[in-house]
Formats: sequence, C-alpha cells, structure tokens
Amino acid sequence: MSEIKRMDLEYSQLDSDRMRINVGPQHPSTHGVLRLEVEVDGEIVTEVVPHLGYLHRSFEKHCERMTYQQIIPYIDRMDYISAMNNEWPYVMALEKMLDIKVPEKVEYLRVIVSELNRIANHQIAVATFGLDAGAFTPFLFYFRDREYIIWILEKLSGARLLYNYFRVGGMAADIYPTFKQEVLDVVAKVRKTNAEIMNLLIYNSIFIKRTAHVGILTPEVAINYGCSGPVLRGSGVAHDLRRDEAYSVYDRFDFEVPVGKGEVGVVGDSWNRNMVRVNEMEQSCRIIEQAIAQMPDEGDVTALIPKRIKIPKGEVYMRAENPKGDLGFYIVSNGTDKPERLKARGASFVNLSVIPEISKGYMFADLILILGSIDIVLGEVDR
Amino acid sequence: MSPQEIYEKLKKDFGDLVTELVDVPQTDPYIRVQPSAVFDICHSLRDDAGLEFDYLMSLSGTDLGEQLGVVYHLYSMHHRHKIVIKTEVSKENPLVPSVERLWRSADWHEREAWDLLGIRFDGHHNHIRILLPYDWEGHPLRKDYQAPETYHGMKVS
Amino acid sequence: MEKTNFIWDMFGTNIWTVLAVISLPLLFVLVYALIAILAELKVSAWIQERVGPMRTGPYGILQPIAEVVKLIQKEDITPDLSSKLLYNLAPFIIFTGAYAAFAVIPFSEAFVPAGIDVGLFYVFAIGSISAMGIVMGGWASNNKYSLMGAMRSVSQLISYEIPAALAVLSIVVLASSMNMQEISRAQTGWFWNWFIFGGPGDWTKVWVVPFTLALAITYFIASLAETNRVPFDIPEGESELVAGFHTEYSGMKFAMFFFAEYANMFVVAAILTTIFLGGWNSPFGDFMQGPWWGAMWFISKSFFIVLIQIWIRWTLPRYRVDQLMYLGWKVLLPVALVCFLAISLFVMIK
Repeated sequence: MSEIKRMDLEYSQLDSDRMRINVGPQHPSTHGVLRLEVEVDGEIVTEVVPHLGYLHRSFEKHCERMTYQQIIPYIDRMDYISAMNNEWPYVMALEKMLDIKVPEKVEYLRVIVSELNRIANHQIAVATFGLDAGAFTPFLFYFRDREYIIWILEKLSGARLLYNYFRVGGMAADIYPTFKQEVLDVVAKVRKTNAEIMNLLIYNSIFIKRTAHVGILTPEVAINYGCSGPVLRGSGVAHDLRRDEAYSVYDRFDFEVPVGKGEVGVVGDSWNRNMVRVNEMEQSCRIIEQAIAQMPDEGDVTALIPKRIKIPKGEVYMRAENPKGDLGFYIVSNGTDKPERLKARGASFVNLSVIPEISKGYMFADLILILGSIDIVLGEVDR
Repeated sequence: MSPQEIYEKLKKDFGDLVTELVDVPQTDPYIRVQPSAVFDICHSLRDDAGLEFDYLMSLSGTDLGEQLGVVYHLYSMHHRHKIVIKTEVSKENPLVPSVERLWRSADWHEREAWDLLGIRFDGHHNHIRILLPYDWEGHPLRKDYQAPETYHGMKVS
Repeated sequence: MEKTNFIWDMFGTNIWTVLAVISLPLLFVLVYALIAILAELKVSAWIQERVGPMRTGPYGILQPIAEVVKLIQKEDITPDLSSKLLYNLAPFIIFTGAYAAFAVIPFSEAFVPAGIDVGLFYVFAIGSISAMGIVMGGWASNNKYSLMGAMRSVSQLISYEIPAALAVLSIVVLASSMNMQEISRAQTGWFWNWFIFGGPGDWTKVWVVPFTLALAITYFIASLAETNRVPFDIPEGESELVAGFHTEYSGMKFAMFFFAEYANMFVVAAILTTIFLGGWNSPFGDFMQGPWWGAMWFISKSFFIVLIQIWIRWTLPRYRVDQLMYLGWKVLLPVALVCFLAISLFVMIK
C-alpha cells in the first residue's frame, strides 16, 4: 500500500488533463458486455462509473408470466458459468414453501453436481484472472480440465452449459453407472492441474507483483457493500453459507472455509481473492469425495417431483452459497402456479458495485485485474 | 435474537411507526413499518447492540396492486440472525427514505427498484436508472406496465 | 567497401547486384516470418498441450500462408476522424525501421548486405525509427487506446535502449570494433571464445566472464522490452489496451505491424547472436566452419533465441507499466553500468 500512496502524491503534483475512457461494452477483458466509464490521470484511475444493462433480459418480468417449472431454465441463464448452483436456491425455496423433504440420494447428487460446477466456475475465474494478467497458458490448462467436468454434467443432464437439471423435489434424471468413478477421476485431475498452476501462475513473481497490494478491500467495506463469496472471504471474513447455514446435507461434510490470509500481499487484495478460489477448489474436491462415499445407491431421484406446482400464498427469501457469492431468490407467491414476484439477488451484481470504491488511485492496468479478481458474469449482473 | 424479540425491541423504541410482526406459515417472519421511519429503524437495526444487522442481503421492490412495497432482508454477520422489514407506499407518491448511507449495497438495489418499479428513494446520492437505458420511460415491473411501441425509432417487442 | 559480400565478389558492383543484395534479406524476412508465425502457433500449442493448427497442409505447416492470405483479403479500414496521411504511413515506417536494421547483420563471413564500420551504432540509430512510426500510428488513429499504447511503447523503447546499448557498448570495448563482421571474426574458434564467455584471450578473462554473462542476460531482457514481447508487451497489453497502438489497423497494414514485430524479434536475436554467441562461428573450432555453414550457424543460433522469446511469451504474465520502468531504470541500467565499467577496467589493465 505504501508504494501506491507514494505514487499518488507524486502524480498529484502535476497538473495534467484527465481523460475519460470507455472500457467496454466491447473490450477483451470486461468479461462480457460491461461498460466502465473510467477517468484516468495519465495512467492513474481517478474515477470509475459502471454502466450496466447491456445484457438485461427482463428476467424478473418474464418469471411473472411463467409457471414455476418453466423458470428453471431461465435461472440457468443468469450465471451461465455455474448454472447448477443457480438452480439450487430457487428449487430449495419452492421446496420450503411446498414443505417437500427430498430423498437423501437427491441431496447428495445435488451436492456433487454443485461442487463440480463450483470447481468449473473457479477454474474459469482463476484462468481468466491469469489471462487478464497476460498469462495465457494457465487459461488453457484449466479449460482442458473443465472439459472433463462438463462431460460428466452433460452425461447427467444432457447439456454442456445450461443444465436445467434440478427439479422441485428431485432431479431430472438419475446418475449413470460409471458416474462415481468418473467424478473421482476428475477430482484427481483437478488436483493435479492446481498443483501445476501454483508454480506456473499463482506464485509466479510477476503475477504476485501485479496482483498483490492491488484493489484492497477491507472487511468492513466488503460487508457494507454486501459482498459475498470469495470476494468477502478474500478480505478475511469467514462467511460461507454451506457452513453457517448448512443447507441440504452440508453439515455432514468435513471441509474448511478458506479465507484470505495475506501470505502474499495483504488480506483483501486481488491475489488473496484469487487464492481463496484456488483453495476452494481443493475444499470442493474434499466435499465431493465424502459425498461420493456417503451417497446411497438406492432411491429414485424423480419420485417426488410434483406434476403441477401450486405454491400456497406466502413469500420466502432463500439464498445459497454460489461460486460467485450468495445467490438469493425472493419469491412471492399468490397461490397460483406462477410467482407474483421473483427477485434474484445476484452475487455478481452486488460484488460489482464495490468496483468504484476499490479501484481509485490504482493504475489503469490494475483496474482490469481488480475487475478480474471480483469474478463477475454479466448474465447475473444484468439479468 | 428471534423476530419476536426484535419486534418488541423496535416497538419499544419507535412505537406506532412499527406496525406489526407477521409470522404466518410459508413466509419468513417480517416486520411491517411505516415508510417515513424506514431510515431511523434501519439505523437502529444496524447499530444497536444485540441487533447489529450489518449485512443487507437484498432490497426488493414489489408491486402489491394498490400499493408498492419495499422489502429489506437483513442479516447479521456477528449474531447470524435475520429479519425482514417491509414497508408500503402509495403508487401516487412512492417515496421511501434511502438506506444507502447505512448499507452501500443498497445503492444499486435502490436504483434497480427505481428503475423497474418506480419507487423513489429520498436521499439517494445518484438516483438514476441502472439496468434500462437512462432515457427509458415507464417502470416495467409494475403490473400495469405497457411496453412502448418504439424506442428511438427502433421497434420494441 | 570491404569484401564481405559474396554477390559482389562474384558479379561485381552494379545496379543488379545491389538490388539482389537489398532483396535477399527481404526474401529472408518473409520466409523467416512465416516460419516464426508457425513456430509461435506450434510452440504455444505444445506448451498448452494442444496440437495447434492441423488443417492447412500436413501438420498445419501452411497455416502462416493462410493467415497472410486472410490478412490481404481483409477490408482496409481507415477511421473517419483519423489523420489519414500519418495513419497510412505509420505501418510502412515501422516496417522500414525493422527492415533497415538487416543491412548490417552479418549472416555469414561471406555475406553482410552493407559491411559498414559502425554497424552496431547504425542498428541502434535505425531502431529508433520504429518508435517514430509507433507514435505516428498511435496518434493518427484518433483512439485513446492507441494513444496510450503509443506513449507506453515509446517510453519503453527509450528506457530499454539504454541498458541494451550499454551491453552492446561493453562488447564494443572488448572487441574494439563496432563492425559486426569484425566482432564475429574476433570470436572465431571454440565456443569459449564467444563474448558471452569473455571473448578470446588467456585465462585472465575469467574475471570478465560473470560480467559478460550478466550483460548477455541484460541485453536479452532489454531486447524483449524493445520488441514489445511478453512480459513487456504492455504497449499492446491486450487485457487493458485492446491492441495498443495498432488497435485501429486492419488488413495489410496490420500485417505490416505483424511482420515488423517478427522482423524486430529476429534483429535483436541476431545482434545477441553476433555480439555474444559468436555470430556465424561454429561452436566447435574448425568443425563445420565456412561461409555456408556460417549462415546455417548464424540463423539457427538466432532462431534459437527467437524460440526462447516465444517460450517466454507463453509462460509469463505481463508487467505493469511502472514495474517495467522500475526494472529498466533501477535494475537493468545499474547492472549494465557496473558490468560496463568492470569490462572497461579489465580492458584498460590488460
């Protein structure tokens, strides 16, 4: 931090014109159609104004005209990187309102697919973060591995990206015979690549120079801005709904909640946020291994799925730990088969709002890295 | 603290401004408050010992037919308890005090509620649309919303 | 003119031989650029456990030709509000700057296009022309990203020219010549006569070996920065500046930048080869020594350096602009200066 401050002082002595640059909506590293209006003083960022809405698809308005089952594929399209995780809080909210207790096997299957999807999401997040820093090779290493995860999810659900796999009261399809073995193989692959990436990217001295002490987010600011997921944990706040609220069967697994420790840089900087994701992949691997071991073989995952869903009057806010943070659904039911109001509180939307706060005073190149370390997906920001 | 305890504490401090505690099946228990007192109540919810709701999970606007509603979902990182605060305003004058100064996460949520439902937040520092174009007319999440035929000469469908 | 050119030896000096001498390096640059593009594609593929392009020709070896054909066919876009003359001129100036440096590169003991006595000085002088082209292109594009890229690029070029020049100067002191052919000739013999190992001489040269080694590394790092290669590709830093100074260029003009970059890569590799790695000399004394073998040695040594550049590109992330300046001014420059003084002292005492 001291380095940054010194730079600030020196530059403030100079009287120079400020330049406004539009970063996006078409730019290689805004991770989608985000537009940042950036004011720079030479290379120093003095102001960032995000402009959203380039991917706004009226998700909430659409939901009011669709039955509860029809909404599930739409939810996939919010955070399209981790579609499995997205569906879970929604389905969970409806199950809570309908008072359905899903079978054990379904719970374990949900844990496994969600954790697999979490690994896939973090792989993309770390990979694109490396790409923002200019390292291309880790990106492809991760994409190679992600393919194996996608193959498993494809065999389960029939889709590679937008799965539409969760159902109220169950899952769309049962597992296939070699499922467990394939999942364990993938876990081994994920671990191997992560060990490789540690040397290639994470502890690379240039990468550390670029990301440590950059975009420092203090825990107070993070909580006040409503940050969640790795962004909040990178600031040292051990908040993980899988442990704190222990929905589903997460209370049966032994896993840690990785937080930013500041082993490199300081707690809350971009390096630590990224490191949380790398560590979470390992924790997800542990959860998957335990879930595979505990998962019952018998049981029909489709047995309890109701044909028609009519939710009794009421309203529920349900959130779950998504790879990007807390994804919450506020569902108001008016007693019919369509929701009266459905509000999605996307983690990316809230996490992105902290960008203007933490990127001031850093260099223009740092802004891109800070944005990368937040790990947003515009489908969820704009909905 | 349980919702009942929170309600009693708020009732003691704010009297009639806190209307009721609703705890019915299929619903998260919520406290209904008068719109004019939203900021003060939220302030005490955030800062009072024992409450310390430092995390605004979600702020949603709703169209209740006759009225517009604003729902605050609060969480405390410290005590790990939750509460839902609800308030209702008329459609003619939908003015609610902004809680953006308490929780910065409310900034974009309030802009979204203004954008999609037309609820105005008093005291918000940057009260502009967020998801729709800045010159869009109307608030689409209202039940009586009619989509315009064209936008800058482009067909809207 | 010195007899260092087999074409003039064979056919005398007339307009046709001059044209031949000029166009021989051009032919070489074109062929080399195609090979370098293929190498970049394939090496990156191997590093990333891919197979790379496989469809055009056997193992995709015709891919660079396809890329060039694609670039030729593309629409040539000139932004409306750009400064047209400068915008159109810039790519050619940059390529000229890169190509002009080939004039003094000693490909073999029997071929150097122009064997002038101040060859190294000339290379550095002519290398700065591309900085002019970059500013021209960046400013004339009327694009903020281009302008920022151009400014970064020039500051980088200037900063890194100093350590590079100091490294070269030290070797000039050791060889007491600026003629690249002379420098190559001084390193004849086994590979321990190369300047990276202190140059020719008796055992006293062990005192300078650490300095020459450090200089070779310094020069290599500085040359990466001068050619805008990773980890110093900040002027074109894709993640922030889209494509830097050539954001607005398309089609053939973009291809010119592309060729100039690859030509520059070869130029710096060739200088490194000449002053540190013995130029066209065989590493094993008289074994495979001679004009034709010399060209082979020279090109393969240079190409090896180019391969290292490619290897680094696909391994490392990118520096930030202030960190780059820090490295240039506060690390490389003092190192180069100390080495230069030490070598000068050594030469004086000897």
